[in-house]
Amino acid sequence: MTIMLNGAEVQADPHWSLLEVIQFYGIDIPTLCHDEGLTPYGVCRLCVVEIGSGDKTKLVASCMHPVWEGLEVRTHSNRVIKTRKTILELLIARCPSSKKLQDMAALIELKYVRFEPLNYDCILCGLCVRMCEEQMGARAIGFAGRGPKRYITTPFDMNSEECRKCGACMYICPVVELRCQGPQADTVLCSGCINTEPVCAPDYGDAMCFMVPCLSCVKGPEDVK
Amino acid sequence: MIELVVTSINELESLRGQIQAEMDPDMTRITVCGGTGCHALGCTEVASAFEESLKSGGLADKVDLVITGCHGFCERGPIVIIYPQGIFYQKVTPDDVDEIIYTTVENSGIVERLQYKDPVTNEVKVHEEDIPFYHKQKRLILGNNTSIDPANIKDYIAVGGYSALAKVLGSKPGAVIDEVKKSGLRGRGGGGFPTGLKWESTRNASGDIKYVICNADEGDPGAYMDRSILEGNPHSVLEGMIIGAYAIGANEGYIYVRNEYPLAVANITTAIWQARENGLLGDNIMGSGFGFDVKVNRGGGAFVCGESTALMASLEGKPGEPRAKYIHTSDKGLWDRPSNLNNVETWANIPLIINNGADWYSAIGTESSKGTKVFSLVGKINNTGLVEVPMGMTLREIIFDIGGGIPGGKAFKAVQTGGPSGGCIPESLIDLPVDYDRLTEVGSMMGSGGMIVMDEDTCMVDVARYFINFLMEESCGKCVPCREGLLRMGEILTDITEGRGQMEDLDLIQDLSEVLRDASLCGLGQTAPNPVMSTLKYFRDEYEAHIKDHKCPAGVCSELITYSIDAGNCTGCGLCLKKCPTEAITGETKQPHVLDAGKCIKCGICYDVCKFDAVIKE
Repeated sequence: MTIMLNGAEVQADPHWSLLEVIQFYGIDIPTLCHDEGLTPYGVCRLCVVEIGSGDKTKLVASCMHPVWEGLEVRTHSNRVIKTRKTILELLIARCPSSKKLQDMAALIELKYVRFEPLNYDCILCGLCVRMCEEQMGARAIGFAGRGPKRYITTPFDMNSEECRKCGACMYICPVVELRCQGPQADTVLCSGCINTEPVCAPDYGDAMCFMVPCLSCVKGPEDVK
Repeated sequence: MIELVVTSINELESLRGQIQAEMDPDMTRITVCGGTGCHALGCTEVASAFEESLKSGGLADKVDLVITGCHGFCERGPIVIIYPQGIFYQKVTPDDVDEIIYTTVENSGIVERLQYKDPVTNEVKVHEEDIPFYHKQKRLILGNNTSIDPANIKDYIAVGGYSALAKVLGSKPGAVIDEVKKSGLRGRGGGGFPTGLKWESTRNASGDIKYVICNADEGDPGAYMDRSILEGNPHSVLEGMIIGAYAIGANEGYIYVRNEYPLAVANITTAIWQARENGLLGDNIMGSGFGFDVKVNRGGGAFVCGESTALMASLEGKPGEPRAKYIHTSDKGLWDRPSNLNNVETWANIPLIINNGADWYSAIGTESSKGTKVFSLVGKINNTGLVEVPMGMTLREIIFDIGGGIPGGKAFKAVQTGGPSGGCIPESLIDLPVDYDRLTEVGSMMGSGGMIVMDEDTCMVDVARYFINFLMEESCGKCVPCREGLLRMGEILTDITEGRGQMEDLDLIQDLSEVLRDASLCGLGQTAPNPVMSTLKYFRDEYEAHIKDHKCPAGVCSELITYSIDAGNCTGCGLCLKKCPTEAITGETKQPHVLDAGKCIKCGICYDVCKFDAVIKE
């Protein structure tokens, strides 16, 4: 089937998710809770894209969204970028010392965080929970609590016999890494990894130039027709 | 007691005939309201006093005593109505019971002091329908609540119950769906999706096993519409569900009801048993060959489980968390099978539509919203209670004509519709006709029908903070915007109410609101910014007063108000001095008192007790 991806007509497999189509065509959009070996979960909301046309556009999580004939998708409209930045801002405010998040902030040019930093390590993406259940068959960990009190734990917060200490949860965790050494005392963003200035590619018009992470060609005020 | 299994449509009619013949229309029937409000006001004691009194007076066989569902006029409960005359008594206590029996039941007189007196005209109203609170209402759904015994299927059958089901079983499922589509009924749970279309897509979805589900997980603070329908007229919901199941082609159904509603659970469970015993539920309903059965599931009290996919996850035994609905539940719902979920009130509308026809139904209401809607009218309002009005009635009519206006002569400030994630509608829009689209246009929503009235003493920033904190605690925490965003919005609003706000904060909550609306996983997060966005839009000056002047114009936010004593007005009566819990007020008797702001904890007791307006709050 044919869909409109950032103004270009592209072919898509009806069994693919929107994110798979976007990635297949080489467009880089950030994700944190997605892994191709696990069931999509749709919670980090970083993979949001704008679908529809005219007044009837909306943002959807591309990892969960199906594709259909004629679907119009914009991966880097102004609305998408603004939303993605605010979401990452919220995540960094929660876990300021994650290198993964700091790198991602540099890539999408997030330059300031307006919230008081908390000092959590876990971003609650649920990759470990799905890994443990779906790939390791153990179901040793899960979510507890709700709202801001949500956390990942073993049943009743006790040592679990189900856990074989295989370490798959740590393997899949996107934020278990050396802590970012960047943040200075007066800001929670280090921005040390920002090394690209947006490069416009007017010659390409609506089509993709594949210069990740620029995509300034689809950011225009009217977005893509 | 009639023990009869209905095996054909004709048998239902003969059963109805038998029941009606057994009932003596001239027999005295005492109905005591057993709704939520009246329960809190002591209706159980009133009902037992009636029982005792009837027994000791030898009247137990001659008088029928029934505890009914909610009558709606909760402000005046416990409510007792004596039929066949229909005499309405309000605020009845156990001590009044003997007098009612002597005067009204035995001697056909009226106990005047228990009658409703119009507060404006002082006119005494004998019958329920004469009271202004009821006069403007159109009680299609709640009407039978006042007369039938919810625990007795005979009462429901006597007033025409299950005739809609009989009518449906004789026609084609497609015709039923067409009728519901034509009626224009939209989901009463909040979304307002056209019910007929939902049924049609579930019917057309592929799969042998389909489910119908009744959402009775009503978690909005102050709302009790669905509770009162399930408690007062459970068979109407059940009949609606059986009709829906027939139209959709489902053989199994679930009612997901809050465990905090014990009477609703009990009454719907009883209704299911009675319907089964009478051949109206189970295999081969009324001998038609169509089988359908219902299970009751009790919810664990999470607000988010009112969201359809979270509810279905909870039914499956999983944690009540929503999932993306890009593939609709009508295709893949409960256990990944086609499922049709409707709210209690929606289901209760179905028998009405079938019995009276789609044309009759669609004549009620506005262009885009048909029928009536039940609202729970609470907050700063004289006539607290449940009201049912045709769609399109203005807020002014609901609040002032039915609700009786604001207590204490205070000024109306705003009304919040649609539960915690609805918006606050200001006085300038009070002539707005209430329907789905008009409410959405002004930044609020129909929701399931909560209506919280606020007066001039309400701080709108504090209201926004309250609802955001409620939603933050009830968020499941699955997706980032809702979990982290509501936490941050709550922080910002708390800062503003405590005098630490900055003007940039207003842009920040505006940004956060847009992200929540656009990017949250489910309806909870998507609608959560409504209280903030609507108050920012209509009451921005209040936010600015908090931030720039460090003042709370309504005098609510304790960090921003100070109390002092006006020496000119103070008579030195010493009342405030006595009541002050922190000994912050000093002074000699008959001499002006002094308030020490350092010791004052701003509890406001001095302000409330002073009879001379000498305590100043600013």
